[in-house]
Amino acid sequence: MENTTQPLVEMKDIQVSFGGIKAVDHVSIDVKPGEVVGLLGHNGAGKSTLIKVLSGAYKKDGGEIYINGEKVNIQNPRDARAHNIETIYQTLALADNLDAASNLFLGRELTSRTGFVDDDAMEAETRKIMGTLNPNFEKFSAPVSALSGGQRQSVAIARAVYFDAKVLIMDEPTAALGPHETQMVSDLIKELKKKGLGIFLISHDIHDVMELCDRATVMKNGKLVGTVDVADVTDDDLLGMIILGKHPHENNN
Amino acid sequence: MSSQLKKFFTSLELDTRMLGMIGALIVLWLSFNFVTDGRFLTPRNLFNLSVQTASVAVMATGMVFVIVTRHIDLSVGSLLGLLGMLMGTLQVHILPQYLGFEHPLIWIITIAVGIAAGAIIGAMQGWVIGYLAVPAFIVTLGGFLVYRGAAWWVTTGQTVAPLDATYRLLGGGAEGTLGANLSWGLGLVASVAAVLLMIKSRQQKKAHGFNLKPVWAEYTLGGIAIALILGFVATMNSYPLSKGAVKRIFEGRGQEIPDYAVMHGVAIPVLIVLIVAIVMTVIAMRTKFGRYVFATGGNPEAAELSGINTKMLTVKVFSLMGVLTAIAAVIASARLGSVGNDLGTLDELRVIAAAVIGGTALAGGFGTIYGALLGALIMQSLQSGMAMVGVDAPLQSIVVGFVLVIAVYLDIAYRRRTGQ
Ligand SMILES: Nc1ncnc2c1ncn2[C@@H]1O[C@H](COP(=O)(O)OP(=O)(O)O)[C@@H](O)[C@H]1O
Ligand SMILES: [Mg+2]
Repeated sequence: MENTTQPLVEMKDIQVSFGGIKAVDHVSIDVKPGEVVGLLGHNGAGKSTLIKVLSGAYKKDGGEIYINGEKVNIQNPRDARAHNIETIYQTLALADNLDAASNLFLGRELTSRTGFVDDDAMEAETRKIMGTLNPNFEKFSAPVSALSGGQRQSVAIARAVYFDAKVLIMDEPTAALGPHETQMVSDLIKELKKKGLGIFLISHDIHDVMELCDRATVMKNGKLVGTVDVADVTDDDLLGMIILGKHPHENNN
Repeated sequence: MSSQLKKFFTSLELDTRMLGMIGALIVLWLSFNFVTDGRFLTPRNLFNLSVQTASVAVMATGMVFVIVTRHIDLSVGSLLGLLGMLMGTLQVHILPQYLGFEHPLIWIITIAVGIAAGAIIGAMQGWVIGYLAVPAFIVTLGGFLVYRGAAWWVTTGQTVAPLDATYRLLGGGAEGTLGANLSWGLGLVASVAAVLLMIKSRQQKKAHGFNLKPVWAEYTLGGIAIALILGFVATMNSYPLSKGAVKRIFEGRGQEIPDYAVMHGVAIPVLIVLIVAIVMTVIAMRTKFGRYVFATGGNPEAAELSGINTKMLTVKVFSLMGVLTAIAAVIASARLGSVGNDLGTLDELRVIAAAVIGGTALAGGFGTIYGALLGALIMQSLQSGMAMVGVDAPLQSIVVGFVLVIAVYLDIAYRRRTGQ
């Protein structure tokens, strides 16, 4: 039944190469509203490259992207943002010399009537969203280079969820987090899912994937291994896909 | 005792780098004053120092943006020469043909054309750097050669003179000052503005629930600011015009020649520096463009991923540098009253040194406008002081070179310690 809903985002037959390396080799992936799709694979499998095509950071060499069934042309990060696609990058993509509020609003600054950036308003908004995301966050006037890994990650997360995303891309969002903060991110994902967002979650933690994701897409060496309903597979099935590049139901089909 | 002193300075919340620069400047001034038997710290010398610093100071504010975005501009000295030559030719050889000599529009048209030319040339360099991805070091090294050569071609090497009389006022000669009364007015306005800014900043901090400085610290800082401003004005207002200049000026106005001493007051180029500094500070701190300059310097990839067009930003930064170079060219040429072939020679090094000594990080992301101004003042003090002491030109270069390297080393050590 769920399969009949129109996908929010559909990436079809995407190809990206760097020099001679085919980082993404004819890969397709999609997400529906209110769905969390896990994207798995070893380091270097091409996961980040694939989602960076969607977020406008990389240009694809082939393939198509559809949003709500319509073909779109995403040339740069501004285009992706215009389609309400928000991204938490693996590298976090923070300007270390600026404070949390400047990073959160980077490229989308609030301005006062005179046209100047309104730092007060931005800081107030930042305090609000951090109050719900990470109540322990206090260093609002320090450059983010002075923050801990977890605090930096929460700034990157806040930036992605603040602007009414419809599609959220999370590239290893819990890599720098402790167990408590990881739990908070899990809760956040569940909440956003309830609100109807489509979420791509890149993670190395099989347990997280089993708990949070509806479907999982596995990549190996730039190629698509397969996409499975998480309910139909075990941890070991997923590990087999990641390590051996073997589809669990291949023999059955 | 020393811990009390430390507490005192912590309460003032001044950034330590700025304190260090001010300390260096004071030591420099006192040393030169000692060696020259009190000739360095005279109204006359300080007036000259303020005028000599102006053109480099204007360009240094733009160099802050260039270096903050991880670029460099080696062409500003040559560009200053070319723009000076263009503006000189325009006002001496071209415009008078149509408007007549000393027409009141001449200086305005000249400066407008100079600024436009600076903006376009800067934008072209920025385009090659941003869009064609040729390193700024190479592009502006090319510009360094091209503009100096082009300046020669404008007049095939001949000096252009005499410049328009109104235009010359912008160089800060005897006529090119605000005079005593206007200078006091400027000092009062600046003092009031400084106090209002401090009050506003305190109110904002209060509204945000930040820690506030103790009230006595605010009063101390306000007092220091006002003392500096009014002290500067008082100094400029105690440098009398020469008898000849007084006679020339008052006769020119058809007024009776006064029997009291007429004072210089603040030089017009200093006023220009003040305006440029305020505008550049507002751009840096309060505009999206300024925010993007610092974001791009801090992490170019993050800036790009946030939707900032960093290529176009590069074009704008270099174009702004071109505009400021044009303003500096006006000051430099107006001060000399003529434009020769070597106008602006070595200025690129003075400008870069001013920005870097003023705390602009060559790795990008950090720098302040006020720091660059202080840096320019330190550099010029060093040069003027050595010239006054009678240090030979080659030895001056050697000293300046060492100071630059040491200053950057201290900056790096400071950053490492404060973890920036
Ligand atoms: N900007 C780039 N330039 C060159 N090669 C790249 C670039 N980005 C990624 N690659 C290469 O593409 C492949 C996939 O990388 P990536 O997408 O980061 O993998 P993953 O996120 O799955 O760990 C790797 O071989 C990597 O070296
Ligand atoms: Mg990755």
